[in-house]
Amino acid sequence: MVAREGGAVPEETALPATGEDRRPEHWRPRAEQPLAIRLTHWINVPVLLVMAMSGLQILAAFPRLGPKGAPYGWYLFDGKRPPAWMTTGEWLAGARHIHFGLGWFLVANGLVYLAYAIGSGEWRRRAFLPGRDARNAMEMALYYARIRRTAPKQDLYNGLQRLAYTSAIALGVIEVLSGFAIWKPVQLSLLAALFGGYDGARAVHLLGLVALALFTVGHIVLVALHPRELASIFTGGKRR
Amino acid sequence: MSRFSRRTFLGAALLGAAGCDPQRPHEGFLGAMERWNDGAQRLLFRKGKLARDERTLTNLEAFPVYHISDDVPSAPAGWKLEVKGLCARPLSLSVDDLRKMARTDIRVRHYCVEGWSAVASWHGVRLSEIARIAGADPKARFVEFRSFDATGSEDDDDDDDEASDDAEASDTPEHEPDAKEAPGAAPQAGRMPYYSCWDRDSAEHPQSILAYGMNGRDLMPDHGAPVRLYSGVKLGYKMVKYLSEVIYLPARSGGFWEDQGYEWFAGV
Repeated sequence: MVAREGGAVPEETALPATGEDRRPEHWRPRAEQPLAIRLTHWINVPVLLVMAMSGLQILAAFPRLGPKGAPYGWYLFDGKRPPAWMTTGEWLAGARHIHFGLGWFLVANGLVYLAYAIGSGEWRRRAFLPGRDARNAMEMALYYARIRRTAPKQDLYNGLQRLAYTSAIALGVIEVLSGFAIWKPVQLSLLAALFGGYDGARAVHLLGLVALALFTVGHIVLVALHPRELASIFTGGKRR
Repeated sequence: MSRFSRRTFLGAALLGAAGCDPQRPHEGFLGAMERWNDGAQRLLFRKGKLARDERTLTNLEAFPVYHISDDVPSAPAGWKLEVKGLCARPLSLSVDDLRKMARTDIRVRHYCVEGWSAVASWHGVRLSEIARIAGADPKARFVEFRSFDATGSEDDDDDDDEASDDAEASDTPEHEPDAKEAPGAAPQAGRMPYYSCWDRDSAEHPQSILAYGMNGRDLMPDHGAPVRLYSGVKLGYKMVKYLSEVIYLPARSGGFWEDQGYEWFAGV
C-alpha cells in the first residue's frame, strides 16, 4: 500500500479489528438477542431434552453399535443400557413415537432459526468465520488458560463463543441428517451412505448426542460465569 | 391427501403434551404425528428405488431368530399358503407350487425396529407375481399377511419353557421379544396369532417376496419355514414368518406389534 501524506490510515479503510462484527452499512442497532433468536433458543431446550431422552430409550432396545455379528469394538458402553433417569417413553414403541413425532418440531425450529439468522444478517455477528475469528478464538483460549493476561477485543461474541455456538448448530444439523438416514436407510440411501451406511449413521447419531451434551454442560457453566449474557437470552439485552 | 395436511400438523402441535401417552402411541399427539409420518413415508417411498445389494452375509449364528410361540412353530399337516380376499382367482399354494413360479433373489440389509441390522440372502416369488396370478383387485389397497405362529399354544399352558427358548434365540442378550415387551401391557389371554398388514405399493415393490429359501438353502424352521415374507423396504416386524394366508383387503387392518403400539407403516 502506498503511504499517504498525513500518516494515519483513515478509519474507513482500516481492516476491522480481529473479533469485531462486519456489519453491513444499513445495520440498524438491534437487541443482542432478538425475539426470534430467543424464541427458537428456548423452544429448543425442552425439544432437544425430550429428543435426547427418547433417543436413549430407543438405544436401550439394542445398546450396541455396528451390525449383528460385527459390533464396533471401540464402543465403550457395548451392551449397557442407558440409566432409566436419562430416558423417556417407557418402552420402545412409546419412545419411537415421541422421537419421530417431536423430531419434526426440532427440524421446523431449526429452519426458522436459520432462515431468520440468514435473512436478518444476524449470522454476521454469530457465525464463526475462520478468517475473522480463528485468531481471536485462540487468544480467548489463551486468556482462559491464564497464559494471556488480557481478553481479546470482542463485540457481541468473541471468537471462541462463535466457534462453540456455530459448532452446536452444525451438530444439530448432523443429528437431523443422521437421524433421517437411520429412519430411511433405503429411500434416503445417499444420505445413509454419507454416514457410512445405516450402522455408521447410528454411531454418528449417538456421538453427536454426546458432543451436544458436552456443549450444553460447557454452555451452562460459562453462561453462569457471565450473568449479563444469561439475562439477554431472556430479555433481549441492550441494542447495539 | 387429508391425512398429510398442515391442519394435522398444527392440530398435533396444539394437542401437545396433553395427548402424549407412551402406552397409547396411536392416540392423541403421538397418533397424529404417526399419521403425519405415515404420509411422509408414503411421499418418500418410490417403487423403483431398490435397497442396496449387500456384499457380505451376516454369520448365520449371529442372525437373530425370533417367533412369538414358545417353541419353533411347525406348519400344520397339509399346510398350504392361501391367497384370498379381493382377487379374481384365489390360490392355494404348496412350496413346490411356489418353486415353479419365477424366482427372485435378494440380498439386502435387514433393519430391526430395535436398531440392529444384519444381512442374509433370500429367494422366492415376488408378491407382484402372486398378485398378477391371483388377479388381485386394484381396489384392494392393502394386503394382510397371517402366520401360524401364535402366542399361548393350547397344549403347554403352564410349563415354562424359558430355557429352550433362550437356547433358540441368538446369543446376544438383547433379542427382540425382551425389548419389545410393553411394561404396562395386559397379559393376553388365549391364542394371539402373528400377523401384519401392508400398503399394496410396498408389497409389490420388486424386492418384496414370499421367500422359501435363505442363504442359498431351503428356508429353515428358525427363520420362518416353509414360507415367510421378506422385503428390502420394511422393518423386520412387518415381514411375517411362518406364513399361512395372504389376504387382499380394501381397508387396512392391524398387526401383532402394530396393535400393541408399534407404527403401522414402518418403511425403511
